[in-house]
Amino acid sequence: MGNMNLATNAKNTWCPGCGNFAILNSIKAVLGELIEEGFPREKIVIVSGIGCHAKIADYLNVNSFYSLHGRVVPVCEAIKLANPELKVIGFAGDGDTYGEGLEHLIFAAKRDIDINIIIHNNRVYGLTTGQYTPTSPLGFKGRSTPFGTTESPINPLELMMASHASFIARGYSHGIELLKKIFKEGIQHKGFSLMDVLQVCVTFYNMYDYYNSRVYELKDHDSKDYDMALKKIREWDYNYDSKISLGVFYKNDHI
Amino acid sequence: MDNLSILIAGRAGDGIDKSSLIIGRILGQLGYNIYIYRDYPSIIRGGHTFSIIRCSVDKIAAHSDKVDVLIALNQDSIDFHKSRLTGGKSLIIYDSTSVKSDTGMAIPAGGIIKEAKALDLMRNSCMIGAMCRAIGIEKDILENVFRKDVPKETELNLKVAFRGFEEAKEFIKIEKSKQKSLPIITGSEAIGMGLIKGGLSAYISYPMTPSSGILHFLAGLQEEYALKVIHPENEIAVMLMALGFSYAGKKAAVGTSGGGFCLMTEGLSFSGMAELPIVVLLGQRPGPSTGLPTYTGQTELNFALSAGHGDFIRFVAAPGDTEEAYYWSAVSMNLAWKYQLPAIILCDKTLNEGACSFDVDSAGEIKVEAPLLWDKKGEYKRYQDTKTGISPLAFPSDENAIVKVNSYEHDESGITTEDTDLTVKMQDKRCRKAEYLLEELEQYETVKVYGDKNSSTALLFWGSNKGVCVEVGARLGLKVIQPIVFSPFPLKQFKEAFKGVKKIICVENNTFGQLADFLKRYGINVDHRILKYDGRPFSLDELEQKLKKIIT
Repeated sequence: MGNMNLATNAKNTWCPGCGNFAILNSIKAVLGELIEEGFPREKIVIVSGIGCHAKIADYLNVNSFYSLHGRVVPVCEAIKLANPELKVIGFAGDGDTYGEGLEHLIFAAKRDIDINIIIHNNRVYGLTTGQYTPTSPLGFKGRSTPFGTTESPINPLELMMASHASFIARGYSHGIELLKKIFKEGIQHKGFSLMDVLQVCVTFYNMYDYYNSRVYELKDHDSKDYDMALKKIREWDYNYDSKISLGVFYKNDHI
Repeated sequence: MDNLSILIAGRAGDGIDKSSLIIGRILGQLGYNIYIYRDYPSIIRGGHTFSIIRCSVDKIAAHSDKVDVLIALNQDSIDFHKSRLTGGKSLIIYDSTSVKSDTGMAIPAGGIIKEAKALDLMRNSCMIGAMCRAIGIEKDILENVFRKDVPKETELNLKVAFRGFEEAKEFIKIEKSKQKSLPIITGSEAIGMGLIKGGLSAYISYPMTPSSGILHFLAGLQEEYALKVIHPENEIAVMLMALGFSYAGKKAAVGTSGGGFCLMTEGLSFSGMAELPIVVLLGQRPGPSTGLPTYTGQTELNFALSAGHGDFIRFVAAPGDTEEAYYWSAVSMNLAWKYQLPAIILCDKTLNEGACSFDVDSAGEIKVEAPLLWDKKGEYKRYQDTKTGISPLAFPSDENAIVKVNSYEHDESGITTEDTDLTVKMQDKRCRKAEYLLEELEQYETVKVYGDKNSSTALLFWGSNKGVCVEVGARLGLKVIQPIVFSPFPLKQFKEAFKGVKKIICVENNTFGQLADFLKRYGINVDHRILKYDGRPFSLDELEQKLKKIIT
């Protein structure tokens, strides 16, 4: 990305080892590349919700809209509709957008507006100090569920398939090269893109060992094949033990 | 004759609403001022529905309980409304195919449409034709209005209208008035036009009575005025989308009713913190909760003034008729952008769905100014601290500007802060704008006075009670006072209006007397409250009776 400075003077307050750093560094690299390739910096807008993830709005020196909890998606949609020349990238948490703002996500996918939503999916509430989220596994013991949850998580990618999202991918905060690749491809995709990132919260839900032994990158996968994409998306349901595939599951170029 | 009331009634789905507008337009052609009151249940088909069309040589915006002509499309129409007839020169015109009546003019409308192979809905045309003859309106006026306002099956409609005309006899003769013929529009249409005048670029709304009319009206004008009209998944999205448009530099408005506004309040508060201009059309209705969805109420003054968490400034206005609705919709948009704050316009079913003769020339001159923009010098700071508290605006895609807005407390650049001094400084910066707005409001007629200006008894009202209060107040020789702006409250102008007043009677469509209670905090005590909360607006007769009990 050359020497472009996309950092602000804001002090970073994420915990050491937080998976958010990987997302921040990857997006900086991708935005830097886009700018160097000629995309005007002033036409980039980022939107964030509320939660640890959302501090990214303070850390990136581009146009930003630091929104409310769960309210990343409608803001992204409106900014894009108001000025279609803008590249709009929304950063949201799993509690934020798979919980509080889920309805917005489904409708934005259904509308297929050309916005990009990156989910910092750490499967725990970090900023409110450790409660379960819509993607925490069954039995998760958090501060609001000390005896374990009795509900299964949603598989957000499967939900996005059912909602007609035209770009669906999953990355992992331990694997910055793949993350950069996914971000760039998603941002360049013309249509709604959902990029779920398994972003490890080292303080409240450290899943590094668990993920490291299960993740693999998709190979020989045809992202234009809806059925194949759905099959791969269903391989892991964010609950029971299985291999966890990473990469671009589905991409519909509106042919 | 300088005043006539016609009531048309039938089942929901019978086309009463459209008919009332056509009758209004016919009377409007004669140079009268028109007011149409619509009463309908929250049912698509089958419930009883009626409209009262009143015409007068004077400007009017209220209905009378008494009517001169009753047009009955079904039996209920006679049974429910017969007692409203004034006697003497009053008349029932009924569809004798389906309705029985001892008196009145029998028009076999059901038979006529059958013979003409017309739709049941066209009984309306037949009855309107009969009405024209009965009140002495010439056939060519009937034809002109039908050709303009009945685009579907015009010839067939005219045919049955003429058949109705022929069946009827002239009963009274309504003279032409010498005044110019004005267009008849609803309050929703006036609001829509006002927003466009104010520079509207996007209207976002989830359907909810009584504001849906604005959504439908603006949706139809999307192409003509290059508007974005969006109906998203819920009111939370509505508000956040509006803020997104505002951030991108596009003037946006949203419309809803109380229940929807509840969902918007987190976004409203955000608008206050992030200084993102937004206009909210708040169509009040009788609550709490779902209440009476299709009826009228002035129940949300308190809510508009206090909605949203935290301390932030807002503009709140309550226009009273179509001209004011037009004017204040445009002005609110202008002020929202000039002061970068949320503006709320209080309206209700009576205002939004009532149709009135609309005189744009009397609405007042509207100034639409460019907002304060960044001069493109130096480093851009979205929340630059200034004397007035107003920071110059820049938008994404403006070169060399990085535009950061934030729902957290933030510094001048828009970066989050928890610093004590900075928190106070930024909160003071935002709130300081109210002083300048209040000063500017002195140029506007924020408090209006009507009636006998020397009377020591004041009839105080707000919003859509304007029509009925101004008319009855003048009749009874009272000083009639209307505050229009409630936040920031122009106390100076308000006190000026009350000079010489010894007794205050406050008229409101709510249970507690929200305006009367609001005034207490300024040391103004209302002597009498006339409150109506059955979902129906005051009629002239009703208010007159209630007032007489107090003043005599």
